[in-house]
Amino acid sequence: MSTTPYLHLEGIRKSFGSFQALHDIDLTIEKGEFVCFLGPSGCGKTTLLRIVAGLETQTAGRIEQNGRDISVLPPGNRDYGIVFQSYALFPNLTVADNVAYGLVNRRQPKAQIAQRVDELLKLVGLPGSGTKYPAQLSGGQQQRIALARALATSPGLLLLDEPLSALDAIVRVHLRQEIRSLQRKLGVTTIMVTHDQEEALSVADRIVVMNQGVIEQVGTPQEVYERPASPFVAEFIGKVNVLAASSLGDGRFRIGRLDLQGASHCQGHPAGQPVRVYLRPEDRIADGSFDGVGQRLWGEVSSVEFLGGACLAQMAIDELEGQPLLVSFSLNQMHDLGVRVGARLELALRSDRIRVF
Amino acid sequence: MAAVLSLPDAPVLRQRAHWTDRVAHAAMLALIAVLLVFLAGPLASILVKSLQNADGAYAGLGNFASYLQTPALLSSLWHSVWVSLLVTFVTVPLAFGFAYALARSCMPFKPVFRTIALVPLLAPSLLSALSLIYWFGNQGIAKGVLQVLGFETIYGAPGVVVAECFAVFPHVLMILVTALSLADARLYEAADALGTSARRRFFTITLPGAKYGLISAALVAFTLVMTDFGVPKVIGGNFNMLATDVFKLVIGQQDFQRGAVVGLLLLTPAVLTFVIDWRVNAKQTAMLSARAVPYGPKPARGFDAAMTAYALLIAALMLAMLGMAVFASFASFWPYNLAPTWRHYTMGLVDAEVGGAFVNSLQLAAGTAFFGTILVFIGAYMLEKTRGLAWARPLVRLLAMLPMAVPGLVLGLGYIFFFNAPANPLHGLYQTLPLLILCTIVHFYTTGHLTAVTALKALDAEFESVSASLKVPFFKTFWRVTLPICTPTLLDIARYFFINAMTTISAVVFLYSPDTKVAAIAILNLDEAGEAGPAAACAVLITAGSTIVTLLFIALGWWVDRRTQAWRNPTPR
Repeated sequence: MSTTPYLHLEGIRKSFGSFQALHDIDLTIEKGEFVCFLGPSGCGKTTLLRIVAGLETQTAGRIEQNGRDISVLPPGNRDYGIVFQSYALFPNLTVADNVAYGLVNRRQPKAQIAQRVDELLKLVGLPGSGTKYPAQLSGGQQQRIALARALATSPGLLLLDEPLSALDAIVRVHLRQEIRSLQRKLGVTTIMVTHDQEEALSVADRIVVMNQGVIEQVGTPQEVYERPASPFVAEFIGKVNVLAASSLGDGRFRIGRLDLQGASHCQGHPAGQPVRVYLRPEDRIADGSFDGVGQRLWGEVSSVEFLGGACLAQMAIDELEGQPLLVSFSLNQMHDLGVRVGARLELALRSDRIRVF
Repeated sequence: MAAVLSLPDAPVLRQRAHWTDRVAHAAMLALIAVLLVFLAGPLASILVKSLQNADGAYAGLGNFASYLQTPALLSSLWHSVWVSLLVTFVTVPLAFGFAYALARSCMPFKPVFRTIALVPLLAPSLLSALSLIYWFGNQGIAKGVLQVLGFETIYGAPGVVVAECFAVFPHVLMILVTALSLADARLYEAADALGTSARRRFFTITLPGAKYGLISAALVAFTLVMTDFGVPKVIGGNFNMLATDVFKLVIGQQDFQRGAVVGLLLLTPAVLTFVIDWRVNAKQTAMLSARAVPYGPKPARGFDAAMTAYALLIAALMLAMLGMAVFASFASFWPYNLAPTWRHYTMGLVDAEVGGAFVNSLQLAAGTAFFGTILVFIGAYMLEKTRGLAWARPLVRLLAMLPMAVPGLVLGLGYIFFFNAPANPLHGLYQTLPLLILCTIVHFYTTGHLTAVTALKALDAEFESVSASLKVPFFKTFWRVTLPICTPTLLDIARYFFINAMTTISAVVFLYSPDTKVAAIAILNLDEAGEAGPAAACAVLITAGSTIVTLLFIALGWWVDRRTQAWRNPTPR
């Protein structure tokens, strides 16, 4: 990995009239990284991508790509390939002509172009489809062609703007893994915009969580999930219980009648301060191996949401004094522990996993 | 309150323009220049003229004041207003019934009915006035009917009203058919499920759904009648209206100042209706959601029969109007010898310069269709698909929409004032075919523009972004992708320009010279000279010419579809 980052954004700001879409965004992306911009709609993630692409111009701020200042360069003078949610394939051109669209302009010999097109179609798993028109392909296939077209000129940066949002759930899951392995194979630095947290968690090297025009957190998928930096990140990524509590000082918190000792990062809340404790549904122990981890609690299952391989049970726990708690169980646990509405279960909370804001 | 740290405002960053962007900007500026010179300039000169006295000195509102003191002119204003209102109130309900039959019944032969009702679009508006004279004029074959009804003569208000009803009908019908076709079947299913009566369904779903279409149709009818020139000229007799006044003032009396005042009077209702229509349309688009299910009528014997009867009646009237002109154009010596003859055609074409005029018409129409389509499409493309030059875009949008609000007569008036001025370096264009073509393009610019914009908006907005990322200049993508996809739209626009250029009178009536006289104007001259037969023959020629060209365009469209649109419905392989 080189010492200078591949892409460097500094103080990127964007306003549309009086609306501030992006506030002073700083971000560094290393060569070969797969980075996801993740956030709810309207958070500015697409705007940020379009600014990197030069399709929008930032109100202020500097962008450097591979050591070159591209802040005010038009899109045609930047180095990237882009794939849109709508595929944006040229419908009146064949698949081969679509893929070759950027190559033809480089005055390469025809045979060389044809060879490159074949190579790319093979790369995206659609060899021999060159003579078809886009309308003859499924959505997933069209998106692969769009990907091939974007990669044809071997750009240094690949930008993906919600590339999977228009696809069926199964195709989506399949194609995201293919994009990931393709990216690994080519080593091309990639930014993908998505609002789907699962997608981001499964493919990204690092996730940039955005909300209301600011970056909430940048980190690996595991970091972002396990150690969310803000309540927004905790609630946006994965399921989480938010429990009203008060601090007892020294990283101890009281929820209802229950005291929890948080890990070292939960320090810094003076005694008496009202806080919110964030606990994931899976951060509990329920299968008997309680060995000194936390206090044993009894709760009654008030509803069960069945999710296939797992379920989410809403439980009323006496000590929490009316604050319901979502607890997840695997299908096996569901059977073994008899999780059903009305059942009383024993469990302990993994207080070492809580986050407090 | 915390002290706010005041940072010096950095200048807003601006992207460097790629050289291809500069090409686009140059094209856009050229378009603006054309629209300013050939639209805004002439309109401004009307305003200027209306504020000057005969010597060109500033006269304030003097011309307006003297206009208001001229009883004859004021009565024309009143005539124009009540005739327009009457025609609107007669035509809109009639056309609504016909549109309802087309869109909401299972009447047989719908395409035939539709075609018959729309044929008048292919004819000059004054064709109906000519026919009316043959039916009910001094030597009309049904003159007796008129007297039974208590009218002394068809010339004057009665003739104008009836002829305008026919002329305006197809325009109103098109709007109403569209409005009634845009229905959401789910609303009707919900009403049926709730056991709603047919009558209540009509008043609570159908009518509110077509409300904006009705408003739009009424406005169009009013403006068309208010600004039409051909019909009152032919059948108005001594019944003066604003449109004929403008012509008399400017061409007859060379009173440009008062002509300008009347021109502005004509412009006012047109602009008003245009603004109302625009706002109404903006509301309408939001009404039909993307998930609406199109409504399809179900057979109902009694209702369908009634609708068929009504459509038959209207179609018969339409055919009577059109057929009479055709019949009369072949009659040897109206009304004494009705034996068919080609005399009016040969006489008209050979002797009375109509042949030359017809050729001029074809040249005008072809030129308008060719250059108009190029200008409109490139203009719409620059507006919708290129980047930068943000300040110019609202201006282009405004200039492109403006022609819709400007009656042809007013535009033509502006052209005289603007291009006939000796100081204008473009003075040499006056009365030439190129100026006639430009004027006609500008006159019908808006509809072509909106058609092109709609087609371009239907294309993926990211084509240009993708091209830029692949470093392909926009004009290559325009040539390889946009243009081939939009060929059917281009043909539609060209056909629209062609037909309207063939039949228009209002704008060009001020601008022709003997060498550039077009056929529609020749009808007026022949009619004025009492040559009713050749006039009818000429009107029929125009209609036939427009019809043939329309059929050619349809054939061309079919061929183009097969050649370039194969990708739309590819056979699965």
